[in-house]
Amino acid sequence: MKSLPLIFLGIFFTLAFSWTGLVLTTYIQLGDLEPATEALTDAEGNRIAGVFYEDDARDQLVRGENVDNEAVFPRQWSGSAERGMRVYADLGCYYCHSQQVRRQGFGSDFERGWGNRQSVPRDYIFQERVMLGTMRTGPDLANVGTRYSVLWQHQHLYLPQSINEWSTMPPFSFLYEVQPVSATRGPSPDAITPLDSWGIPDGHEVIPTQRAKDLVSYLMSLDQNYELPEMKFSQ
Amino acid sequence: MSSHSTILQSINPRQDPDLSTRARLSEVDASMRTPAVLFLVSAVLWLLAGSLFAAIASIKLHQPFFAGNIEALTFGRIRTAHLNAMIYGWGTNAIFAVAPWLMGRLCRTRIRHTAILLTAGVFYNIGVTIGIGGILMGDMIGVEWLEMPAYATPLVAISFALVGVWVIIAFRWRQSNHIYVSQWYLLAAFFWLPWLYTIVQIMLIFVPVHGVVQALTNWWFAHNILGLWLTPVALACAYYMIPKVLGRPIHSYYLSLVGFWSLAFFYNWAGMHHLIGGPLPAWVISAGTVASVMMVIPVLVTAINHHMTVVGFHREGWASPTIRFIVFGAVNYTMVSLLGSAMALRSVNESVHFTHFIIGHSHHGVYAFFTMIMFGSIYFMLPRLLGREWPSAVLIKIHWWATAVGVTAMVIVLSIGGWIQGAQMNALQDVEGALVPVYTWAQVVETQTLYLVGRTLTGLLITVGHVAFAINIFWMLSKTGGSDGTTKPTLLSKLANDAR
Repeated sequence: MKSLPLIFLGIFFTLAFSWTGLVLTTYIQLGDLEPATEALTDAEGNRIAGVFYEDDARDQLVRGENVDNEAVFPRQWSGSAERGMRVYADLGCYYCHSQQVRRQGFGSDFERGWGNRQSVPRDYIFQERVMLGTMRTGPDLANVGTRYSVLWQHQHLYLPQSINEWSTMPPFSFLYEVQPVSATRGPSPDAITPLDSWGIPDGHEVIPTQRAKDLVSYLMSLDQNYELPEMKFSQ
Repeated sequence: MSSHSTILQSINPRQDPDLSTRARLSEVDASMRTPAVLFLVSAVLWLLAGSLFAAIASIKLHQPFFAGNIEALTFGRIRTAHLNAMIYGWGTNAIFAVAPWLMGRLCRTRIRHTAILLTAGVFYNIGVTIGIGGILMGDMIGVEWLEMPAYATPLVAISFALVGVWVIIAFRWRQSNHIYVSQWYLLAAFFWLPWLYTIVQIMLIFVPVHGVVQALTNWWFAHNILGLWLTPVALACAYYMIPKVLGRPIHSYYLSLVGFWSLAFFYNWAGMHHLIGGPLPAWVISAGTVASVMMVIPVLVTAINHHMTVVGFHREGWASPTIRFIVFGAVNYTMVSLLGSAMALRSVNESVHFTHFIIGHSHHGVYAFFTMIMFGSIYFMLPRLLGREWPSAVLIKIHWWATAVGVTAMVIVLSIGGWIQGAQMNALQDVEGALVPVYTWAQVVETQTLYLVGRTLTGLLITVGHVAFAINIFWMLSKTGGSDGTTKPTLLSKLANDAR
């Protein structure tokens, strides 16, 4: 093999082969996933009972029609959550937090309360950026929207150590403004309740910026707490 | 038409017939002097910047209040700046310095029109600077290894192609009949990178696919930039330098052939092991695991070939800075790849996935293997380009001991810490019929502090080596005039037979 064209063909083929085999094939398999109701109906309109991902049929996409007048999942995000996703990305949150629940028996995701079923491709179809993550320096966030309140999220973002003193998460207080309470208009409706350890002076209040509000709406939207035809709870 | 043929003629080095090989090699060296020095200086500056970013990021993992409450320096950003500075700043610039020169030498063709190479180099570094600036200022894209914002990446992609062209031209008009394995690796790497980068830029940044296909494309790319860019160039350097410095031929031509094609075939399927347990079809994960295990073939073949060439020449190797670094890199290539194959097995992956073990593994690969081989190659190349020897053997020794000890310790610390982290995360116990975690999340986090401090300390040791390396390079470049008249290379230990 001494000729440039022949070597070139080999080089081209190996890359094209893996792209076709992995990227294109998966795109064909998963690219047209649509939101679904928790169960499906067959051609006669009967509900298909629990079409599970099981070991012998793991990769089968479920065929059937959505049940009429039932909510479909995953839910579309609000505009604020969409913007919050970009804040999550540009602050690099995904380097320490994953967003995927592994199946029961593989790791301890269920037992730590990170989810009550395995994450599946359909959960991510609306996401402009899919940040599955590869590190768990902090806990998984696939269902973080079901675990905490909006106020908790703001207080935790402002100074994580004021809630968990052992936490190594960086504080994101630069997303908040500390300002004197307006003498004429009174306290702002947006202000969040400060914790004692923040040392906020008397007569001041902590206001989340738009980015902080968006980030929290995004976190509150992270919720896979619904069943899908291909994946029921406790799997 | 006439201008067309003039250009073709001017890049065709065949019009310089009948030069002896050595004279031709010096000509290649001379033709690459300016671009290689430009790339090298950029690479070293990025190496220092990347080390600084790394130190800040590493300290922040155990001291979250370090460096204050500054948005641009928050962990997620500074860590990403570190990765991009090292991969695109240091690693790729070092390759751009060494690879065209190596290809020119192997093909016996001087690199012509280096002004274009220089222009590509300047634009490349502007692109990376804008990209990393964009990451720090808040335009980071949420795709690992591709965080540079869309206003920087086209410049980077075009520069990849513009540099690659010179490698391909050198090969096309080669003067030597024989093709050496290094040429295959270089040629392939310079085809693969621009393609790979362009495909993923389109699929992930400009017209992003939605859903988990994005994650899959992400890891197809991120693993391939290791496997199809850093790895082949480092192997090409090792295949060239080891026989060259030791003065003996490579052990087996046929083994190197098997090694090349099995790497080309298996490596670009392996990236799926980053998604084990994730929301993807099981067949994708299985394909990635199979390919990861199959990587044992190219790795063992290359290991046999390199080892059999070095065996019996350890004294000479120890005296040469080039061989010290390159053999260290080659040994670590074998180790990191075999470990990587094992880590792709589902049972092992369950423990190491999502932990610092992976961070240790990536430093094992990108640093202990790739970077150490690039250091060795630069120790070989620069004296030949400048016609002058390395000014200080002491600085080379500091560089060697700090980086070799530093990275070895870092990989060990992170592997142990990561293994414990995974074990604590996953450990379950039966309490009154229900499975509950043995360790609270707080315990998992607190146990890591010790190892994360260890990472900072070993990282600082490595940085000492980088500073020594940078001083030596700038000292060498600042000496004016041509040859300093020395005929002996800078050696790190005395050879028994000093006449060598």
